[in-house]
Amino acid sequence: MTVQTKRQGMTRRQLLSRTVAAGATFVVGSGFIAGADAAWAMETTALKPESMATLIQMARDIYPHDHVADEFYAIAVKGYDTAETAPDIEAGIAALDAAARGKGHASYLDTGWERDRVDILRAMEDSAFFQRIRGGLVTGLYNQKAVWPLFGYEGESFSQGGYIDRGFNDINWL
Amino acid sequence: MVAKFELNDDSVVVIIGTGAGGGVLANELAQKGVKVVALEAGGRYLPDDYINDEWDSFGQLAWLDARSTSGDWRVARDFSGLPAWIVKAVGGTTTHWAGASLRFQPHEFKAKTTYGDVQGANLLDWPIDLTEMEPWYEKAETKLGVTRTGDRTGLPGNNNFKVFEAGAKALGYKDVHTGRMAINSAEYDDRMACQQTGFCFQGCKWGAKWSAAYTDIPRGEATGNLEVRERAHVLKIEHDDGGKVTGVLYADKDGNQHLQKARIVCVAGNSIESPRLLLNSASAMFPDGLANSSGQVGRNYMRHMTGSVYAVFDKPVRMWRGTTMAGIIQDEARHDPSRGFVGGYELETLALGLPFMAAFLDPGGWGREFTTALDSYENMAGMWIVGEDMPQETNRITLNHDLKDQHGLPAPNVHFDDHPNDKAMRAHAYKQGMAIYDAVGATRAFPTPPYPSTHNLGTNRMSEKARDGVVNKWGQTHDIANLFVSDGSQFTTGASENPTLTIVALAIRQADHIAREMSAGNL
Repeated sequence: MTVQTKRQGMTRRQLLSRTVAAGATFVVGSGFIAGADAAWAMETTALKPESMATLIQMARDIYPHDHVADEFYAIAVKGYDTAETAPDIEAGIAALDAAARGKGHASYLDTGWERDRVDILRAMEDSAFFQRIRGGLVTGLYNQKAVWPLFGYEGESFSQGGYIDRGFNDINWL
Repeated sequence: MVAKFELNDDSVVVIIGTGAGGGVLANELAQKGVKVVALEAGGRYLPDDYINDEWDSFGQLAWLDARSTSGDWRVARDFSGLPAWIVKAVGGTTTHWAGASLRFQPHEFKAKTTYGDVQGANLLDWPIDLTEMEPWYEKAETKLGVTRTGDRTGLPGNNNFKVFEAGAKALGYKDVHTGRMAINSAEYDDRMACQQTGFCFQGCKWGAKWSAAYTDIPRGEATGNLEVRERAHVLKIEHDDGGKVTGVLYADKDGNQHLQKARIVCVAGNSIESPRLLLNSASAMFPDGLANSSGQVGRNYMRHMTGSVYAVFDKPVRMWRGTTMAGIIQDEARHDPSRGFVGGYELETLALGLPFMAAFLDPGGWGREFTTALDSYENMAGMWIVGEDMPQETNRITLNHDLKDQHGLPAPNVHFDDHPNDKAMRAHAYKQGMAIYDAVGATRAFPTPPYPSTHNLGTNRMSEKARDGVVNKWGQTHDIANLFVSDGSQFTTGASENPTLTIVALAIRQADHIAREMSAGNL
């Protein structure tokens, strides 16, 4: 995984000075995007950075969890940044932006309210592009072990002896 | 001392599949001194190999060969290439099963007589009844170590059960407990007690849950009478000019084909592969497939009327902790047409981990309606519905000549439409399930659609008369004396209970019959 956390040596001010605002995600220079708080950054190789930023916003709009940081959505869609997949993804993003313009917005990322972005997605939810991104997220997002604790899920338990002495029946509010 | 038999040894019984049916049959025959070659399409995985991770385990164990689907069931839309969630491994789906081990009720062996004519349903009475099955059920319960049978105590209830039990009692349900489970509540038969780990579906790493993989299979092998060939995928059953089966053609792990001769062949590949194999074995003498003079091979596919109810509360439940399915309400399992349907259903506790919850809570769902449910994952409780579905001739396994498997053979297509009785029963069960959680303060409930089938039944059904089904009361095909069916595809009707205990009981009984008939020179 090429997403890095707090390793870019860049302050928030430096970031802002070099970025195009893209929702909570910033496109930084060429082939490089970062979280607005500079907590993470990733390089793109085949996709345009703006397209990756759009993809991350789209991923969040499909499966919005306000307590899950952009970083995890970025990891979930990073796999589309290959020479093989990029043409289809760029075409899908172009269609998404065209749909946004049809609704009077400059682009999908420039569509300010989630409600309006979701309307755009609803209108294309039967498309192969939407279903590919949505389907990929089911495992790409929810099967990240680092995401599980954010939902309280504890994962593997055998190595800790199961829950027989760790609260399998500890419910106290019934 | 593991046996090794020659390919041209025509004295052996060949069993195809090593799950609850084939694995048990193999051991039971081996214990009686019968020579057995068991051919298993999957590899061998033991508790050390099992993985406490839903998708990784799925990749390790699931049967993922090419399949297609059709019909009005939602699985055909959401999981079009995955009609069933079953296992390809030594021990079959006994690695994955939850352990719920229930006897049929008396009337469930006599569905046609009890329910009468149900339009669109191809109902039939079993040629056996509960009285005949009782001793075999007892042997099966002893083999599996089923809790709340014999002198075995029940499992302790986990958090998910406590919520379920409190709601059930608030509604006035009486028959509520932690189930009759093939999961040890205390050490039994050289297997340890349940450690409340969860991940029952991913293979029990403690071996506390019964699985043929580490009980019947190695015990059969220890007799010196059983050879299990793993990664041996049977392609075709061969027969002679007299219409007796003579052996099976299989592909080994490298794709090389071999012909294993046989005195008797027993098919136990689960209700999709078993009829598919009979159909793929069509010949000039049997152009519609083996044992198919009735035309019933592949028909009457049943998957149980299922569904789930999940609910969220304002406080944590942590349903994933502990035994996955140790909780049952049996009050609705009765036949009571005043509810608007024939037959009945069980409610059983169920938990999925976060990864599978995301995939199965509302397949295809997205947006905040979906994600706010998952946001409350920690506060979620869950139950599974399992009820009797109606056999329908048009629900069937057919050969899809446009889709080939890795061996170039037509893949199975699984067609399923819900019967109106199934829909009425599911609606009732959703309502009751949600009421149970409402009674303990649920803030939101989710009537979750059926998953890919885990209970696959009925596609080589047992019948008294040859024209009505594929096998007789012993699982012996009506058409071919030395060809048997040994899995859940024998089921005449599905009943409301999880099927494994009945499959095991039938396999023990069938082994007794085959050994006796062999001794008598009749087979």
